[in-house]
Amino acid sequence: MNIAIRGGRLIDPKHDVDRETTLWIADGRVASIDASPRGFKAERTIDASGLIVCPGLIDLSARLREPGLEYKATLESEMAAAVAGGISHLACPPDTDPPLDEPGLVAMLKYRARSLNQANVYPVGALTLGLKGETLTEMGELAEAGCVAFSHADRPLIDTQLLFRAMQYAATFRYRVWLRAQDAYLARGGFAHDGEVATRLGLPAIPATAETVALATIIALARETGVHLHVCRLSTAEGVAMLRTAKADGLSLTCDVSAHHLHLCDVDIGWFDPQCHLVPPLRGTRDRAALRKGLAEGTIDLVCSDHSPVDDDAKQLPFGEAEPGATGVELLLPLTLKWATEDRVPLASALARITVHPAAVIGVDAGHLGIGRSADVCVFDPNEHWTVTRGALRSQGKNTPFLGLEVPGRVRYTLVGGQIVYER
Amino acid sequence: MKTKLPDAEQALAALADRMRGAIAFDARLVGIRSGGAWIADRLAQMISGDHPVGYIDVSFYRDDFNRRGLKPEVKRTELPFEIEGATIVLVDDVLYTGRSVRAAINELFDYGRPQRIELAVLVDRGGRELPVEATYTGARLAVAQDLSIVLSRDATGLLQLATEGADGAAEAVAPDA
Amino acid sequence: MRNPQLNAAGDLIHLLTLEGLPAEVIRRILDTAVPFTSIAEREVKKVPLLRGKTVFNLFFENSTRTRTTFEIAAKRLSADVINLNIGVSSTTKGETLLDTIDNLVAMNADMFVVRHAQSGAPHLIAAHLNRTGRSDVHVVNAGDGRHAHPTQGLLDLFTIRHYKKEFHNLTVAVVGDVLHSRVARSLIHGLTTVGTPEVRVIAPQTLLPTALTSLGVRVFNDMREGLAGCDVVVMLRLQSERMKGALLPSAGEYFKHYGLTAEKLALAKPDAIVMHPGPMNRGVEIESAVADGERSVILPQVTFGIAVRMAVLSILAGN
Repeated sequence: MNIAIRGGRLIDPKHDVDRETTLWIADGRVASIDASPRGFKAERTIDASGLIVCPGLIDLSARLREPGLEYKATLESEMAAAVAGGISHLACPPDTDPPLDEPGLVAMLKYRARSLNQANVYPVGALTLGLKGETLTEMGELAEAGCVAFSHADRPLIDTQLLFRAMQYAATFRYRVWLRAQDAYLARGGFAHDGEVATRLGLPAIPATAETVALATIIALARETGVHLHVCRLSTAEGVAMLRTAKADGLSLTCDVSAHHLHLCDVDIGWFDPQCHLVPPLRGTRDRAALRKGLAEGTIDLVCSDHSPVDDDAKQLPFGEAEPGATGVELLLPLTLKWATEDRVPLASALARITVHPAAVIGVDAGHLGIGRSADVCVFDPNEHWTVTRGALRSQGKNTPFLGLEVPGRVRYTLVGGQIVYER
Repeated sequence: MKTKLPDAEQALAALADRMRGAIAFDARLVGIRSGGAWIADRLAQMISGDHPVGYIDVSFYRDDFNRRGLKPEVKRTELPFEIEGATIVLVDDVLYTGRSVRAAINELFDYGRPQRIELAVLVDRGGRELPVEATYTGARLAVAQDLSIVLSRDATGLLQLATEGADGAAEAVAPDA
Repeated sequence: MRNPQLNAAGDLIHLLTLEGLPAEVIRRILDTAVPFTSIAEREVKKVPLLRGKTVFNLFFENSTRTRTTFEIAAKRLSADVINLNIGVSSTTKGETLLDTIDNLVAMNADMFVVRHAQSGAPHLIAAHLNRTGRSDVHVVNAGDGRHAHPTQGLLDLFTIRHYKKEFHNLTVAVVGDVLHSRVARSLIHGLTTVGTPEVRVIAPQTLLPTALTSLGVRVFNDMREGLAGCDVVVMLRLQSERMKGALLPSAGEYFKHYGLTAEKLALAKPDAIVMHPGPMNRGVEIESAVADGERSVILPQVTFGIAVRMAVLSILAGN
């Protein structure tokens, strides 16, 4: 279909475009910017005046809960939620049930996702069988089936020799390894950040060292093996500092922060609000400040939603028993905009952190609007504020710490491959 | 419209007069806090004979707990003598609905089974909601329903009656003729 | 953030923690407990205050001691008491915690006394009751995880006030496993709220939570230093699990450095009192001579505990 998106402020961070102009789409691809292609007849014209037109958003971590955890969410509900959030590409972690450690499961997931004709789904494969941390998976097979990287989700990988071998193996074939830094022993038994709040509330604590000790290990092994490393969900100020040093040393690694950790800290737990039970835990105000600064200056490359829908029965429990996680795909854009406005980060720069940077980490040519590229577009109103309510969320998981809060930025159109998959 | 209240000291004198010679020689005075307690103390001085004094706080036995909750100041019940088989004179300041007296009687029975209970009140204002009557009365009067009658005691121990209206205003009035 | 324990008028509707309670509310509970102490000395140890009310003891964590004292307190107020021992996890019954609560409320429960292994469980229940318009059903926290044990804190305050008359000139030491102790947290909050000028905590580093000074206490690792000049010494129970494993090498080692002996007690003021929430590990945190000695008020604590719980139940039931 030929589509013209007229009069919007087109922001394409990769190509340094930020001006009011028209985007022309034909045959599912970006046909032209500014002037219309010759002989172009628009079958659909979108009036984007007052709106922002940018590449479809790319979410580095969104749990779709299939296979196996369909009572929490299904592909249908979560993919619908993702495009409602302006997301055209997403990567999903391997901790499904069973975990994505087998090519058949990966192929099935890709097939299911493709048939829904919404966002592009990039499965992340399990680094070890069953995510048990004992035996390596057949990374070659998994990569062939469509895995873009290998990770251990939030399961402990205690055997450092195994971790080393896994990284070596991955490096051999230039596979990417995404790891969250948490030392299983230091974190054992804890679920809140080790600070004043955990002390007052009597919550078993996870010290910052649980992250920094593991991070030191991961960085050292990455240096040794030369693997393509991406560090997931940084949460501590010290962790940001370590990444800064590693990058300055010339190590090519990347890292991300979850949108929740950009905005919330342990104080938000209030009177044991289980909505704030997250992994990694919400840390102190200094940590939050360091994460925001790290993202602004580029030490942290991108922000993801860490979308993890949790059903009500699993959430409405005493804090420690409540399942960690929050629904997030529909909040990725608003929370990124909120951060950018508060910290005076230019819009293009902020959008880069949810488009072109995650694309680079996944290793896919997306997150930009180059001529001839697949027309994956997000059109949103930066000035429309909306209240996060259960009714407003399309995800099956209605649990988020932002319930009841007002956030900026409403998606009006999402296009994937030149097709309008969401409009409002 | 001002209600004419009796003078507390005069009523007390009248009450003591009526009790003198009429109460049992071994009667024990039990004052219902707080006004009844003050009066019991004064009566013990004014009436000859040995009449030990105890104090009862009926907060835990009131029937309006569900509506009004627990009063902030709950004082102790102090009964330094045997209740079982005793002759008790309950003493209260104002007899109105009769509910405080009912509560006091219930509480006394949790301490033992008295042989006999009599009731002495400084002022009877009518308006009974339970079948309770005073054995000895200092003064009687009729008061509008929305007014309460309150007994106070000044620094020298002098007793005084006042009304508290619906608007909380207290009026001390000249003694009845 | 509105305190979920108070209603709009500032009256206590749930007792979840001493943290953040106005000093006035605490004082009122202590004052109300005074007349309740004499009820134990009567022949008929009952008053009809809670007659017709049903109190459910919801114990998700076993505790015969605490459950019994709450049962005695409620029965002395003439309430009907029902004990539900739900075991470790409500999900083993197939019913969620909040569903269980809703069912009991539908059975006309007036009050829940809740003990749970997870910090925050009573808060969850109280928030649910407030949210579903049933804040007329009151929650009393009988101990949640390591977070709070407010009735224990109150009876400790009551005991201190009974022997020392006032708080404003006292030095109080809390000794032992503060990291895992809800008793310690509640007592610290209570003492600081009523204006105790010096609250000390004495423990080895491994048994101290992070940022403890933010609670308004002075931290000592040396017991002799910490006990110097104290008016009140509160010994915490050291659970046997803590003695093996990484926190402490052995009970013997612990007793040497942090056990209360007559010799160490002599460093406190000559009229200092010794308290313990019980049950005691004799020879681990306290030697028998001190536990049974004349400065020990450990047994009176138990008696006061019933009066304080009667006061709490009465005040809540009347709001």
